[in-house]
Amino acid sequence: MLIKSIFGGKSEMTEASSKKCPVVLMTRIRLARNLSDTPFPGWAKAPQRKGVLETCLPAVASLTQMKRGITAEVEELSDLEKQILVERHLISRELSGSPEKAGVVISKDQSVSVMINEEDHLRIQVIKSGYRFKQAWNSVNGIDSSLEDELDYAFSSQIGFLTACPTNVGTGMRASAMMHLPALVISSQMEKVVRAVNQLGIAVRGLFGEGSDASGSIFQISNQTTLGESEQEIIKRLSSVLRTIIDQEMNAREKILEKDPNKLFDKIGRAYGILQNSHLLTSSECMNLASLVRFGVDLEMFPEKTRNIVDRMFIECQPGHIQHHAGKAIDSNERDAFRSQYLRNQFESIDKPVFTIQED
Amino acid sequence: MAKPLKCDLCDESATVHLTQIVNNQIHKIDLCESCAEQKGITDPNGYSLADLLVKPGQEAEEPLEVTAGGLVCDECGYTQREFKKTGRLGCESCYATFANLLSPALAGMHKGERHKGKVPARAVERKTYEDRLNSLEGDLQLAIEEEHYEDAARVRDEILDLKKSTKPEESE
Ligand SMILES: [Zn+2]
Ligand SMILES: [Zn+2]
Repeated sequence: MLIKSIFGGKSEMTEASSKKCPVVLMTRIRLARNLSDTPFPGWAKAPQRKGVLETCLPAVASLTQMKRGITAEVEELSDLEKQILVERHLISRELSGSPEKAGVVISKDQSVSVMINEEDHLRIQVIKSGYRFKQAWNSVNGIDSSLEDELDYAFSSQIGFLTACPTNVGTGMRASAMMHLPALVISSQMEKVVRAVNQLGIAVRGLFGEGSDASGSIFQISNQTTLGESEQEIIKRLSSVLRTIIDQEMNAREKILEKDPNKLFDKIGRAYGILQNSHLLTSSECMNLASLVRFGVDLEMFPEKTRNIVDRMFIECQPGHIQHHAGKAIDSNERDAFRSQYLRNQFESIDKPVFTIQED
Repeated sequence: MAKPLKCDLCDESATVHLTQIVNNQIHKIDLCESCAEQKGITDPNGYSLADLLVKPGQEAEEPLEVTAGGLVCDECGYTQREFKKTGRLGCESCYATFANLLSPALAGMHKGERHKGKVPARAVERKTYEDRLNSLEGDLQLAIEEEHYEDAARVRDEILDLKKSTKPEESE
C-alpha cells in the first residue's frame, strides 16, 4: 500500500530541472530538531524513544503540508519499502536500520519528509526540483515553526538548536544541491574542485559512489558548518560556491567541445547504442550512461523529452526500484537483465543523437 | 577496467577504503557506499569531529579507566568516555556538562561560537518564563530566610500572577 502511493504521484526527484539550469537537479534542506527534556534518540531508553514517537508522529502527521501523506513506523515497513524510500532520499539509511520506535511522515507530493528518532528526534526535510533554495527554505521554515507551536524544542540562546552531534548544533541546517557535473569529471577536474570547495567549509560527495569516481557524475554539495552564521548567510555562501561550480562546469563543457568534440560524441553515441541494445546493465553503468545522455540533452543532441527519461533512470534503475518493477525479489544478475530490458524499451523510440552543436 | 574490491560486509564493490591503526596494528577496511554510510563513515563531519576531539596518539596511551575522573552528565548519565568514542552527546544538558571539551571543538568545526540563526519563539518564551520564575522563587526564599514577611507576601503574589498570566499553554 505504501509503495503504491509512492509510485502513484510525481516526485520532485523524477521531475527534475528545466533547461534553465541543467546542472542543478535538485535542492534539499533539512533541519535537525530535538525535544526538550528527553535524551537524544541514540542515548534514550526504549520507553523514552516510544514517548518521542508518540508525541511527534501525530504532531507531524496533522500538519497541513502532510495532508493525505504517508505516516509509518519503520518497523511496519518491509525491507523493499525501506530501500525504495532510501533510494528516493525520503528516509536515510540510518533510519531504515533503526532498531525500534522510529517513524517517518512523507507529504503526498513527496517533497517533504520528517524522520522521527533518527540521529535527532526530528529531521525535517524539504526537496525541491532544480535550483530553488529560497522555496525550500520557506517551506522547511514554515513546517518547523508550525511544529514548534506543538512541541518544545531543545534550544540554547548561546549555541542554538541542540543536536545529538555537535557538528549540527546552531541552525541544525544542512542545505544541499545535487549537481550533474559530467564535463568536470570527463576533464578530470573534479578532484581540484572538491579540494577548493572543502576549504570554504562546503562538502562534496558523490551521490552514487565516493569522491571523484562517483558514477553518474552526480554530486551532492552541502554546508559543513551550522553555527556562527544565520540560515540565510549559510545558504548565500553555499549558493555562491554553487554558482562558481556551475561556471566551471560550463567552461569545461565549452572546452571539451572546442578541443575534442569527437571524444564526447563517441561517448554519447556509445551510451545511446548500449541503452538501445544491451542485455545486462549494472546500476553503476546505468548511472554513467544516464549521465552521458543527460549531457547530450543539454547539448540538444536528443529531444528535450529525453531529459525526463534520464532523470527517472537515476532513481528507478537503483536495485530496490528494479525489484519493485520486476514484481518480486530477484538477484543481482536478474536485476541487470531486467534493467537493460526496461531501458531498451525506454530508448526504442528515442531518435539517434544529432551530432552537430547548435550555438545559442 | 580493473576488478574492483569487494565490500567487507556485503558483496557490492567497495568504494570507501580506510586504514586504521589500532594498538599498532594496521587494519584495512574496504566498504561499499551503503555499508560505509550505515557505519557513519562517509560523513566527513563525523570524521573531522573525531579528529578534533581526540588528538593523535592521545587515545592509545590513555588507559580506559581514566574515565573514573571523567565527567558524567547529571541529567542523562552520559560519560566523557562515551562522548570521546562517538563524538555524539546524550541529551541537551550534555552541552553544559561537557562545555569545556566542546568549546574548542565547536570553534574548530564551525564559523563561530554563537548562534545567529532562527530563534524558536516558544522555546524562548518558556525559557524567559522559567528564568523569571526561578529568580522570583529565589527572592521568596531569601525574604523568608531574612524574615521580611511583607516582601515575601508580595513576591508570592508576583509568582502567582506570573503563573496565571504567562505560563506557556500546555498543548493538548
Ligand atoms: Zn557493503
Ligand atoms: Zn546528558
